[in-house]
Amino acid sequence: MTILVFVKRVPDTESKIRIQYEARTILEDGLSFVISPYDEFAVEEALRLREAKGGAVRVVSVGKDESLTVLRKALAMGADEAVLIKDVTPETYDGLRTARIIARAVERKFPGADLLLFGKQSVGADNSQVPAMVAELLGLPQATVVTKLEVADGTATAFREIEGGSEKVALSLPAVVTAQKGLNEPRYETLKGIMAAKKKDIPVVTLDELGFAAEDLVPQVEITGLDVPAARQAGKILQGDPAHAARELAALLRNEAKVL
Amino acid sequence: MIAVFMELRDGKIKKSSLETLSEAKRRAADLGCDAVAVLVGSGVEASAADAFGAGAARAYALESQALAGYSAQGFALALAEWAGEARPAAVLFAATAMGRDLAPRVAARLGAGLVSDCTGVAVTNGKLEFTRPIYAGKAVLKCVLRSSPQLATLRPNVFPLGETAPGAGEVVRRDVSVPDGAVKGRAVEVLREQGGEIDVTEAEIVVTGGRGLKGPENFGLLRELAALFPKAAVGASRSAVDSGWIGHQHQVGQTGKTVSPNLYFAVGVSGAIQHLAGMSSSKVIVAVNKDPEAPIFKVADYGIVGDLFQVVPLLTEEIKTILAE
Ligand SMILES: Cc1cc2nc3c(=O)[nH]c(=O)nc-3n(C[C@H](O)[C@H](O)[C@H](O)COP(=O)(O)OP(=O)(O)OC[C@H]3O[C@@H](n4cnc5c(N)ncnc54)[C@H](O)[C@@H]3O)c2cc1C
Ligand SMILES: Nc1ncnc2c1ncn2[C@@H]1O[C@H](COP(=O)(O)O)[C@@H](O)[C@H]1O
Repeated sequence: MTILVFVKRVPDTESKIRIQYEARTILEDGLSFVISPYDEFAVEEALRLREAKGGAVRVVSVGKDESLTVLRKALAMGADEAVLIKDVTPETYDGLRTARIIARAVERKFPGADLLLFGKQSVGADNSQVPAMVAELLGLPQATVVTKLEVADGTATAFREIEGGSEKVALSLPAVVTAQKGLNEPRYETLKGIMAAKKKDIPVVTLDELGFAAEDLVPQVEITGLDVPAARQAGKILQGDPAHAARELAALLRNEAKVL
Repeated sequence: MIAVFMELRDGKIKKSSLETLSEAKRRAADLGCDAVAVLVGSGVEASAADAFGAGAARAYALESQALAGYSAQGFALALAEWAGEARPAAVLFAATAMGRDLAPRVAARLGAGLVSDCTGVAVTNGKLEFTRPIYAGKAVLKCVLRSSPQLATLRPNVFPLGETAPGAGEVVRRDVSVPDGAVKGRAVEVLREQGGEIDVTEAEIVVTGGRGLKGPENFGLLRELAALFPKAAVGASRSAVDSGWIGHQHQVGQTGKTVSPNLYFAVGVSGAIQHLAGMSSSKVIVAVNKDPEAPIFKVADYGIVGDLFQVVPLLTEEIKTILAE
């Protein structure tokens, strides 16, 4: 089977976020970037499916040249091919814009895929939008936030996390599936894999080649403000005798916080 | 008009949908329009009553046999077709598992922008202005949408419920035609977690344990505290989950669930940024940690510096006494 995996380059979750106020963007210098952690689960799942059923794993990222590093990481993990769709626009937080690019690329450049795997959300934008939008644009079924996936001939069964349990979803292939933690344990790249990934050629597709003019991709999201969160008021921290502290806390929760 | 998708569970509208409707009603008042409820499924007309209680001017029931079980594809088709005709200014969803699954499909079908997981909505220049945390809560984005309709999902437990008086109103039924083969995937079974515990995202009080608990058996201390409240759930840090002490469905944080309860207890949790991402919109945060320098104390409204094995049983007793008063 042919599996497409979509990966995004994002700031490491440990990063300290600083803001460029005039431009309403975050400051990129000093940040370290990684493959979005859920996308790693998606790559791993694709590799396991290939190992079980044969086929090929193709990894795709939309972004600037720097995104080549996350594609190389996926190659080092074992993906067969990688493609960069070059888009130099800074983060728009607009899922539909990215979804349109991806859907068009799938139609024109990668027809015939059996499965499209994504992360459940890209950390940073924290949107959880792109995969289901791609599914809709391509008329494919979806299962999002999946912790278990079983693929058979032309069909798949996915278990997705919902409030208080899980939901079993039956899909016909091709389908869109998004990975949640728990789906698998991503492997580490081997030295051999890293060396091989370095040698692989990563083709670059331009938005122009996909038939987009600049005005086609104006984001729907218009940023009106970007700031750091308001600091929480300093709390009351009780020390000393535990029995006394526990009594005082219970009283504060009732009389001051009014939550009891 | 602002439309709100009503998610049903066992035939009843979920609280998070009613919260979203309450917020829609407040913002509709600013805009000088109505808030309406939209139900999707088969035989859902009868479930509309609670929406009137929460202030819906009207309810729409989008009905089809083919929509008897949830499918993102089928529900998106119904909602987009309705929105194309009814032309609401905005369509809002609660940011639940279903809302997050469905809203992007509706947006794509309508070619409309979507803002995910909002914690604030205001009206500026006749448009909705959304506020949402990004970068795991390390930054806050405000934005408007250029598209019509404007679509957004609203974080559960953040927006207050409006008056929930029993009400009645007009239910407009629309029969949806779902072409054969249009739905290629659907939910076939819901597997509830054993014990029927309430989910951390739906609990009013969350008692979370971290590595400081030292072992799975000590979650019992937290369960005893949680058991004092009618709608409480036990949460966990990733370290506790990764150690196999408790299931992943309890995990709070960036790779777990986002919660905004009225009261959040963090017990033996250091307060790593990825944990804070999932709980910092809680209304009141209480931390119990033996390390006075633990970062969790920076976000806590109240804290006790001490050994949790001493503090938690004492606190449980004190709270029990106060609740009995
Ligand atoms: C990509 C990514 C995603 C992540 N996602 C999540 C996530 O979703 N959720 C999450 O929680 N973490 C997440 N993490 C992990 C996170 O970075 C921390 O490692 C984790 O939250 C730490 O868990 P903890 O607070 O239980 O453990 P620790 O950091 O080890 O803290 C234990 C605390 O218990 C206290 N303690 C110990 N003994 C006692 C005692 N007897 N009495 C009182 N206090 C005591 C200690 O002082 C300490 O503060 C993620 C990390 C990454 C890289
Ligand atoms: N620029 C991108 N390039 C490739 N894949 C992306 C991109 N943005 C989002 N995705 C995919 O869509 C998933 C969800 O992203 P989001 O909707 O931004 O939360 C990610 O985990 C990726 O799999």
